[in-house]
Amino acid sequence: MRILRLQKEPFELSAEIASLTAGRDVGALVTFTGLCRHEGRLLGLEIEHYPDMAAAEIARVVEEACGRWPLDGVLVIHRYGLIRPGEPIVLVATTSRHRGEAFAAAEFLMDYLKTRAPFWKREHTRAGLGEWVGAREEDAQAAEKWGS
Amino acid sequence: MKALYFAWVRERVGLAEEELAPPASVATIAELIDWLRNRGENYAAAFGDDRTVRAALDRRHAKPHERIAGAREIAFFPPMTGG
Repeated sequence: MRILRLQKEPFELSAEIASLTAGRDVGALVTFTGLCRHEGRLLGLEIEHYPDMAAAEIARVVEEACGRWPLDGVLVIHRYGLIRPGEPIVLVATTSRHRGEAFAAAEFLMDYLKTRAPFWKREHTRAGLGEWVGAREEDAQAAEKWGS
Repeated sequence: MKALYFAWVRERVGLAEEELAPPASVATIAELIDWLRNRGENYAAAFGDDRTVRAALDRRHAKPHERIAGAREIAFFPPMTGG
Protein backbone atom coordinates (compact mmCIF):
# COMPACT_ATOMS: atom_id res chain seq x y z
CA MET A 1 0.00 0.00 0.00
CA ARG A 2 1.37 3.39 -0.98
CA ILE A 3 -0.20 6.66 0.10
CA LEU A 4 1.36 9.92 -1.13
CA ARG A 5 -0.25 13.26 -0.45
CA LEU A 6 0.53 16.95 -0.77
CA GLN A 7 -1.80 19.11 1.27
CA LYS A 8 -2.24 22.50 2.91
CA GLU A 9 -4.09 21.24 5.96
CA PRO A 10 -2.50 19.77 9.09
CA PHE A 11 -2.77 16.01 9.55
CA GLU A 12 -3.44 13.74 12.49
CA LEU A 13 -0.74 11.13 12.99
CA SER A 14 -2.92 8.42 14.54
CA ALA A 15 -5.59 8.67 11.85
CA GLU A 16 -2.98 8.53 9.07
CA ILE A 17 -1.12 5.49 10.34
CA ALA A 18 -4.36 3.61 10.98
CA SER A 19 -4.79 3.39 7.21
CA LEU A 20 -1.43 1.58 6.97
CA THR A 21 -2.15 -0.98 9.67
CA ALA A 22 -5.92 -1.55 9.81
CA GLY A 23 -6.78 -5.13 8.87
CA ARG A 24 -3.17 -5.89 7.90
CA ASP A 25 -0.69 -8.34 9.31
CA VAL A 26 2.06 -5.81 10.02
CA GLY A 27 4.97 -6.50 12.35
CA ALA A 28 6.75 -3.14 12.30
CA LEU A 29 5.58 0.43 11.86
CA VAL A 30 8.08 3.31 11.85
CA THR A 31 6.95 6.91 11.64
CA PHE A 32 8.87 10.16 11.30
CA THR A 33 7.15 13.51 11.73
CA GLY A 34 8.92 16.77 10.92
CA LEU A 35 7.58 19.75 12.86
CA CYS A 36 7.78 23.50 12.45
CA ARG A 37 10.02 25.02 15.13
CA HIS A 38 9.38 28.34 16.85
CA GLU A 39 13.02 29.29 17.39
CA GLY A 40 11.88 32.13 19.62
CA ARG A 41 10.81 34.36 16.76
CA LEU A 42 8.90 32.57 14.02
CA LEU A 43 5.18 32.94 13.37
CA GLY A 44 5.59 30.03 11.02
CA LEU A 45 7.08 28.79 7.78
CA GLU A 46 5.67 29.44 4.35
CA ILE A 47 6.37 26.45 2.12
CA GLU A 48 6.43 26.94 -1.62
CA HIS A 49 6.40 23.88 -3.87
CA TYR A 50 6.37 22.77 -7.49
CA PRO A 51 3.17 20.72 -7.36
CA ASP A 52 3.49 18.39 -10.33
CA MET A 53 7.15 17.67 -9.81
CA ALA A 54 6.76 17.24 -6.05
CA ALA A 55 4.18 14.51 -6.57
CA ALA A 56 6.32 12.83 -9.26
CA GLU A 57 9.55 13.09 -7.28
CA ILE A 58 8.04 11.70 -4.08
CA ALA A 59 6.62 8.81 -6.10
CA ARG A 60 10.10 8.13 -7.56
CA VAL A 61 11.72 8.20 -4.11
CA VAL A 62 9.06 5.82 -2.74
CA GLU A 63 9.60 3.51 -5.73
CA GLU A 64 13.32 3.50 -5.00
CA ALA A 65 12.69 2.65 -1.32
CA CYS A 66 10.36 -0.21 -2.27
CA GLY A 67 13.08 -1.57 -4.55
CA ARG A 68 15.63 -1.57 -1.73
CA TRP A 69 13.56 -2.99 1.14
CA PRO A 70 10.62 -5.42 1.40
CA LEU A 71 7.99 -2.96 2.63
CA ASP A 72 4.32 -3.67 3.18
CA GLY A 73 3.31 -0.04 3.16
CA VAL A 74 4.63 3.49 2.67
CA LEU A 75 2.91 6.73 3.58
CA VAL A 76 4.30 10.17 2.74
CA ILE A 77 2.42 13.39 3.46
CA HIS A 78 4.08 16.75 2.81
CA ARG A 79 2.37 20.04 3.53
CA TYR A 80 2.71 23.38 1.77
CA GLY A 81 1.50 26.90 2.50
CA LEU A 82 1.68 28.51 5.95
CA ILE A 83 2.68 26.16 8.76
CA ARG A 84 2.56 27.33 12.38
CA PRO A 85 5.14 26.42 15.03
CA GLY A 86 4.33 23.06 16.56
CA GLU A 87 2.40 21.90 13.51
CA PRO A 88 3.59 18.94 11.44
CA ILE A 89 5.23 19.58 8.05
CA VAL A 90 5.99 16.10 6.84
CA LEU A 91 5.06 12.54 7.76
CA VAL A 92 6.86 9.43 6.56
CA ALA A 93 5.61 6.04 7.72
CA THR A 94 6.80 2.60 6.67
CA THR A 95 5.52 -0.84 7.54
CA SER A 96 7.19 -4.21 7.11
CA ARG A 97 7.39 -7.64 8.73
CA HIS A 98 10.40 -6.70 10.87
CA ARG A 99 11.78 -3.43 12.21
CA GLY A 100 15.11 -3.26 10.38
CA GLU A 101 13.76 -2.54 6.93
CA ALA A 102 11.05 -0.18 8.22
CA PHE A 103 13.65 1.92 10.12
CA ALA A 104 16.08 1.99 7.21
CA ALA A 105 13.43 2.81 4.61
CA ALA A 106 11.98 5.65 6.70
CA GLU A 107 15.40 7.23 7.14
CA PHE A 108 16.20 6.80 3.44
CA LEU A 109 12.86 8.37 2.45
CA MET A 110 13.45 11.42 4.63
CA ASP A 111 17.06 11.86 3.52
CA TYR A 112 15.99 11.71 -0.13
CA LEU A 113 12.91 13.90 0.28
CA LYS A 114 15.01 16.59 1.95
CA THR A 115 17.34 16.93 -1.01
CA ARG A 116 15.14 15.93 -3.96
CA ALA A 117 11.52 16.95 -3.34
CA PRO A 118 10.89 20.48 -4.69
CA PHE A 119 9.81 22.38 -1.58
CA TRP A 120 11.27 25.65 -0.31
CA LYS A 121 10.78 27.06 3.19
CA ARG A 122 10.58 30.70 4.00
CA GLU A 123 10.47 32.26 7.46
CA HIS A 124 7.33 34.07 8.45
CA THR A 125 7.91 36.64 11.21
CA ARG A 126 6.02 39.60 12.70
CA ALA A 127 7.58 41.76 10.02
CA GLY A 128 6.04 39.57 7.33
CA LEU A 129 7.69 37.15 4.95
CA GLY A 130 11.40 37.01 5.68
CA GLU A 131 14.42 34.98 4.67
CA TRP A 132 14.36 31.82 2.58
CA VAL A 133 15.72 28.93 4.60
CA GLY A 134 19.10 27.82 3.25
CA ALA A 135 19.87 24.21 2.32
CA ARG A 136 22.01 22.39 4.88
CA GLU A 137 25.18 20.60 3.87
CA GLU A 138 24.33 17.89 6.45
CA ASP A 139 21.19 17.06 4.46
CA ALA A 140 23.17 16.59 1.25
CA GLN A 141 25.65 14.33 3.08
CA ALA A 142 22.82 12.32 4.64
CA ALA A 143 21.36 11.61 1.20
CA GLU A 144 24.77 10.72 -0.26
CA LYS A 145 25.38 7.96 2.26
CA TRP A 146 22.75 5.79 0.52
CA GLY A 147 24.65 5.76 -2.78
CA SER A 148 22.95 6.39 -6.09
CA MET B 1 9.42 25.84 -24.01
CA LYS B 2 7.76 26.82 -20.79
CA ALA B 3 10.06 28.02 -18.01
CA LEU B 4 9.06 27.98 -14.34
CA TYR B 5 10.88 29.79 -11.55
CA PHE B 6 10.56 29.01 -7.86
CA ALA B 7 11.43 30.57 -4.48
CA TRP B 8 14.17 33.23 -4.63
CA VAL B 9 14.87 32.46 -8.29
CA ARG B 10 11.24 33.47 -9.00
CA GLU B 11 11.60 36.63 -6.92
CA ARG B 12 14.83 37.71 -8.58
CA VAL B 13 13.61 37.02 -12.11
CA GLY B 14 10.33 38.74 -11.28
CA LEU B 15 8.22 36.07 -12.97
CA ALA B 16 6.74 32.73 -11.93
CA GLU B 17 6.70 31.44 -15.50
CA GLU B 18 7.22 32.45 -19.11
CA GLU B 19 7.64 31.03 -22.60
CA LEU B 20 11.26 30.81 -23.76
CA ALA B 21 12.39 30.60 -27.38
CA PRO B 22 16.17 30.31 -27.25
CA PRO B 23 18.16 30.18 -30.51
CA ALA B 24 19.08 26.76 -31.87
CA SER B 25 22.68 27.26 -30.71
CA VAL B 26 21.49 26.90 -27.11
CA ALA B 27 21.64 23.14 -26.61
CA THR B 28 22.14 22.42 -22.91
CA ILE B 29 20.78 23.66 -19.59
CA ALA B 30 24.09 25.41 -18.86
CA GLU B 31 23.88 27.20 -22.21
CA LEU B 32 20.28 28.19 -21.57
CA ILE B 33 21.32 29.68 -18.22
CA ASP B 34 24.09 31.67 -19.93
CA TRP B 35 21.58 32.89 -22.51
CA LEU B 36 19.14 33.92 -19.76
CA ARG B 37 21.89 35.74 -17.80
CA ASN B 38 22.39 37.97 -20.83
CA ARG B 39 18.72 38.87 -21.06
CA GLY B 40 18.77 41.28 -18.15
CA GLU B 41 20.00 42.13 -14.68
CA ASN B 42 17.10 40.29 -13.07
CA TYR B 43 18.20 37.04 -14.71
CA ALA B 44 21.86 37.70 -13.92
CA ALA B 45 20.89 38.24 -10.26
CA ALA B 46 18.75 35.10 -10.19
CA PHE B 47 21.36 32.79 -11.71
CA GLY B 48 24.44 34.40 -10.17
CA ASP B 49 27.95 33.39 -11.15
CA ASP B 50 27.97 29.86 -9.81
CA ARG B 51 25.90 26.72 -10.13
CA THR B 52 23.72 27.15 -7.05
CA VAL B 53 20.49 27.21 -9.08
CA ARG B 54 19.11 23.76 -9.87
CA ALA B 55 17.06 22.73 -12.89
CA ALA B 56 14.43 20.17 -13.77
CA LEU B 57 13.44 19.09 -17.29
CA ASP B 58 9.86 17.92 -17.59
CA ARG B 59 9.65 17.56 -13.80
CA ARG B 60 12.82 15.53 -13.34
CA HIS B 61 16.06 16.78 -11.82
CA ALA B 62 18.57 17.54 -14.53
CA LYS B 63 22.30 18.40 -14.64
CA PRO B 64 23.75 21.45 -16.41
CA HIS B 65 25.24 19.39 -19.27
CA GLU B 66 21.88 17.81 -20.18
CA ARG B 67 20.30 18.78 -23.50
CA ILE B 68 17.06 20.74 -23.58
CA ALA B 69 15.87 19.58 -27.02
CA GLY B 70 12.44 17.98 -26.80
CA ALA B 71 11.67 19.22 -23.28
CA ARG B 72 8.35 21.01 -22.86
CA GLU B 73 8.99 22.42 -19.41
CA ILE B 74 12.12 23.57 -17.63
CA ALA B 75 12.14 24.72 -14.04
CA PHE B 76 14.80 26.65 -12.13
CA PHE B 77 14.98 26.73 -8.35
CA PRO B 78 17.31 26.95 -5.34
CA PRO B 79 18.51 23.84 -3.49
CA MET B 80 15.49 22.27 -1.85
CA THR B 81 14.60 22.82 1.79
CA GLY B 82 11.51 20.69 2.35
CA GLY B 83 10.97 17.94 4.87
